[in-house]
Amino acid sequence: MQVPSMLRDDLLTWGRSHRFRHHLRSLHFSDEAVAAMGLAESGRTMLARGLGRSYGDSALNADQILLDVNGLDRFIHFDAASGIVECEAGVTLAAILQLLETRDSDQRWFLPVTPGTKFVTVGGAIANDVHGKNHHRAGCFGNHVLSFQLLRSNGEILNCSPNSNPALFQATIGGLGLTGLILSARVALQAVAGLWLEAESFRYENLDRFHQISSASLTDWEYSVAWIDCLAAGANLGRGVFTRARHVAPAPGMDQLRFDSHGQPRLSLPFDLPSFAMNRTSIGIFNTMLWHKASARPRRQITHYDPVFYPLDAIGGWNRLYGASGFYQYQCVVPTSTARDAIRELLGLISQSGQASFLAVLKTFGTVVSPGMLSFPMPGVTLALDFPNRGFGTLALLDQLDRVTQSAGGRIYPAKDGRVSAAAFQQGYPGWRQFSTMIDPGFSSSFWRRVSAEAPLTRFRPL
Amino acid sequence: MKRVVIFGATSAIAQAVARRYAVDGARFFLAARNAGRLDAVAADLRTRGASAVEVWVGDLADCPGHAALVDLAGRALQGVDCALLAYGTLPDQKTCEEDAAEALRHIGTNYSSAVSLLTQLATLMCAQAYGTIGVIGSVAGDRGRQSNYLYGSAKAGLAVFVQGLRHRLWSRGVRVVLIKPGFVDTPMTAAFPKHGPLWASPDRVAGDIVRALGSGQATLYTPWFWRGIMLVIRLIPDFIFRRIRL
Repeated sequence: MQVPSMLRDDLLTWGRSHRFRHHLRSLHFSDEAVAAMGLAESGRTMLARGLGRSYGDSALNADQILLDVNGLDRFIHFDAASGIVECEAGVTLAAILQLLETRDSDQRWFLPVTPGTKFVTVGGAIANDVHGKNHHRAGCFGNHVLSFQLLRSNGEILNCSPNSNPALFQATIGGLGLTGLILSARVALQAVAGLWLEAESFRYENLDRFHQISSASLTDWEYSVAWIDCLAAGANLGRGVFTRARHVAPAPGMDQLRFDSHGQPRLSLPFDLPSFAMNRTSIGIFNTMLWHKASARPRRQITHYDPVFYPLDAIGGWNRLYGASGFYQYQCVVPTSTARDAIRELLGLISQSGQASFLAVLKTFGTVVSPGMLSFPMPGVTLALDFPNRGFGTLALLDQLDRVTQSAGGRIYPAKDGRVSAAAFQQGYPGWRQFSTMIDPGFSSSFWRRVSAEAPLTRFRPL
Repeated sequence: MKRVVIFGATSAIAQAVARRYAVDGARFFLAARNAGRLDAVAADLRTRGASAVEVWVGDLADCPGHAALVDLAGRALQGVDCALLAYGTLPDQKTCEEDAAEALRHIGTNYSSAVSLLTQLATLMCAQAYGTIGVIGSVAGDRGRQSNYLYGSAKAGLAVFVQGLRHRLWSRGVRVVLIKPGFVDTPMTAAFPKHGPLWASPDRVAGDIVRALGSGQATLYTPWFWRGIMLVIRLIPDFIFRRIRL
């Protein structure tokens, strides 16, 4: 049966700032995926699409083909003894969590690494080599991938692991979907004391305190992250709320805290907020309130993992807060040696500009090395924050931030990016040229065409 | 622990229904055409918690095999609590207007083969004197429309057959439920642009189906708003209806 491709102009990524037209082909079974490889003969390139949670254009393929893998959502095997789960690439982290709650009665296993949303697919987690609040201990998602099946545009299915097709294994982890279509993967879960968390949240005054608390928390706490008030300046620069957590063994009474956490979000934003809703005053008030509301000293509580790991998943479509023109997220990492000064300079520029929103996060990365060739994290500090898309002014500020990141020896995160220059990308990822030899000729993305340009593109600037 | 038989087990709606039963440890007998796909579905259900999954590969449009198939399912599970007919084709209306053989082929799959299978199932269910049969019909069967009346006519015929079967089996302790989904985002509807609030996910529809099979209600419109929509569509007088492009 010939499955048609649909011409679609409504496929967005999470930042909603790129609007392209795509030919969409939905895949539900692996034989359909193999058949879809024939599409490459049309001369158009392909790219897998999961839940569209990356922010910019790394999951877009303007005027070309997107392969929707959300129908490849079957589990293949779960071994409760070894904690190894094997599933198709469209299985979501939410589905794995749900599986663990129903199938792992001892509550011994948890996701090895999880990003700030559980609504991502396993394929997307591999392709972006996502990290989480436990990077300092566990590294990236790719560190826990045992093997995967990779479908190439010539119809070949390759089993990739550290021992079999190792170069393709390394290129595909963090490879932004460019090496082919991931059909299924085997992932080693993390052994934990229990599904519940012991968590602490408390405010801190400035950047120096952040670095202090963060390094003091690395050994005893599996998870750590800080929300920062990016409008605070001067002596308050970098102030925020630090959160750290670790798994705890089940204790009597915890079951009563259990709640159904994997359904659809209870709240959702059905429409775009007007873009002026996010302004310096409203965000300043919000940030100040949030900071003062946080307790000054660590207070411990036992909590479900949902509010710690996925606070924003509770609000469906929160990205519409930024209005119809969308937003950019900027996430960079700077190496440990330059981190203190670079983060100070970045936050200074951001605070001065008054452009950033309330969603800003600071986290110290650890030294675990991912197998991924283009993997984003490095030992150092990462900063992530949202900027409502106000056109040229926003892009100019982000370029400024790039220059600080670049001169500190850092780099930006492709999963969040929709605007970095080819030069800045290539400097940040010296392995990009080697990576590009592993790309499947039938696959491409808007992001890749942009950042792999030999003569770096000059961005259109209005007169 | 429910014993569940699904005909057309690789369909998107069937998979979503089966997953809901699997979590509670159900035992399955699954029938479908494509062996590779069926194996993938079976592995998924086992992983999600199904305590046993048996598969049968074959073409359900092939009616002479139905008696043996139903017998096999009954013996494999040692009784059937719930049977779901979830297979079908969505014909291209334009092609069927020019090709009567093609039209009859779709009537064969969507109506005649269902009649054959339901007749065998009814015998099994009557003998055991319990169980629920769910049949996936369609809102398209509620009124003939120029855009898909071939499909609609098969589903309309099926609706009346199911209605009568329900009437007959009620006193035997067997429930028969007619399920009428609206627009569902599945491979069957791949050729449609899926925008707007009328489109539902297979999972949402499956939630409704599992509830209806539990209660044994006569007819389920899913999602719920299709009951109202189809009521309006049925009530539009012909002199107006014939001017509407639907």
